[in-house]
Amino acid sequence: MPAPASPGTTPPIAQLPASALKLLALTELKLLVRERVGPVYAIGLPLALLIVFGNIPFYTAHHTSGSFAGRTLLGVYLPVLAAFALAALSFNVVPAVLAGYREKGVLRRLRTTPVGPARVLAAHLLVTAATAAVSVATVLLVARLAFAVALPRQAGGYVVGFLLAALALLAIGLFIAAAAPNGRVANAAGATLFYVMMFSAGLFLPLDAMPPLLRHICRASPLGAAVQALSDATDGHMPHLLQLLTLAAYAVVFGAGAVRLFRWE
Amino acid sequence: MPAVIEVRHLHKRYGTAVAVDDVSFRVEEGEIFGILGPNGAGKTTTVECVEGLRTADRGEIGVLGLDPRRDRAELTQRLGVQLQEGQLPGRLTVGEALRLYASFYRKPADPRALLDVLGLSGAHRTPYGRLSGGQKQRLSIALALIGSPEVAVLDELTTGLDPQARRDTWELIREVRSRGVTIVLVTHFMEEAERLCDRVAVIDRGRVVAVDSPTGLAERVQGGRRTQIRFRPSTPFEDSLLATLPDVTAVTHQGDLMVVTGNADVLTAVASVLARNGIVAEHLRLEQPSLEDAFVALTGDHAARPDTTGGSAVNVAP
Repeated sequence: MPAPASPGTTPPIAQLPASALKLLALTELKLLVRERVGPVYAIGLPLALLIVFGNIPFYTAHHTSGSFAGRTLLGVYLPVLAAFALAALSFNVVPAVLAGYREKGVLRRLRTTPVGPARVLAAHLLVTAATAAVSVATVLLVARLAFAVALPRQAGGYVVGFLLAALALLAIGLFIAAAAPNGRVANAAGATLFYVMMFSAGLFLPLDAMPPLLRHICRASPLGAAVQALSDATDGHMPHLLQLLTLAAYAVVFGAGAVRLFRWE
Repeated sequence: MPAVIEVRHLHKRYGTAVAVDDVSFRVEEGEIFGILGPNGAGKTTTVECVEGLRTADRGEIGVLGLDPRRDRAELTQRLGVQLQEGQLPGRLTVGEALRLYASFYRKPADPRALLDVLGLSGAHRTPYGRLSGGQKQRLSIALALIGSPEVAVLDELTTGLDPQARRDTWELIREVRSRGVTIVLVTHFMEEAERLCDRVAVIDRGRVVAVDSPTGLAERVQGGRRTQIRFRPSTPFEDSLLATLPDVTAVTHQGDLMVVTGNADVLTAVASVLARNGIVAEHLRLEQPSLEDAFVALTGDHAARPDTTGGSAVNVAP
């Protein structure tokens, strides 16, 4: 096979067999499952919360007036659980794993192979996003089947909102991994951000129940914007452009920052 | 025939610290080439430039006729690298790691066969995090060879291994070489270089101070005049009987032992004189200059005793 006559340091995409990329993603999936943190946080906890809330009449009662008119509190919380899954993975899994890979020299070793380390990062993010998607789908289905909560009425809008939210949050997770000097710092920073962000998502107080100023501030945060977009789609509207743009902006800014800051070793 | 690796006037600095000042060497096809030097001499930086992990500030590097930075795609297919520090995810098993890495290459080696050769077959399903230090090291070598490379660069190959594992690893490297793989071995371990390498480049403070075979280096540094014989003569005799021989430089005594120093031919000369005089040399021991002596002489005091800085240089010629 002749050497590719590519100038610069273009990675050898054309030469790589598809099996390498598949195996890389499969390996990342296995590792995510074996580490347990990801599945437990991203799928187990949201499901557990759903089942607990779903069995408390306070949450399943239909509101006829006020901030939650026409909805149940459980229905209001479903987008928050979706945000929970995304945040758990982006803040508690991605930074620790990737900063750990760098710290342990996993990425450095990959630099000496034809695949290079960037594809491993991509495989990890892809597997993480897929896990979040599985979590959200499971939560929505269980809520529908066990607690009669309607599926999102604007499905397309829901998917768009979810994808943009995933991009924004994974970009932030990647940024933490890039900026943190080691796995421990990445873990601590991620865990702290997780709680701050979950507040802005309305985990402790739903967005609709917040005072207006606080609600506006929270909606400007990545998780607040995500929950608002998913809530709109759940109620049957296209997500508001403002929230979609907010999510896209986070994705671009933190994605670019991560790419700029990221060190392979 | 072009060299497998050709490095010319390599220079690399980190900020103001010069890691590699001026390094040049050639590695020929099929040899085991050692890069020997004290800690911080610039060995690892040199091979990292060869591997394309770092960009040289100055100088030229060719590996299999490729530019390590520009032709990464092709080079990574043909150059196997064992890094000094490069772990794997703790929950990845040995078998999974090898299969994954095998999928990266055009013509991978058979993972099963490689595990057999490295004595890791039993650890096939063991997660990386549970491997012993020796097993991790052997897996690291396996990953360097999984792509069937034409050249393998091995950095601190046997550091942290017990003596038996070390010898097994050396045997393995000889075997790999016999299959036609050119090997570059970075080490600060003298015995390893002496036993394994066809040629050795001694690097000190970012410069190549000598390139030769291990025996060539030892002889060159000692001027061929430091072979020592110790023995107990069966009957006493005058020192002058040996001291007058042209191959002998000194005759001294240690208790009832006689110590004769001379050049490489001193043993033959002494033996024939003793035989002619009916003297038997009991407890005969021969000490030849070692690579270690050469190393200390070439790199000076600071390498042998890191706590003394700028100490007096060792005389190369006696």
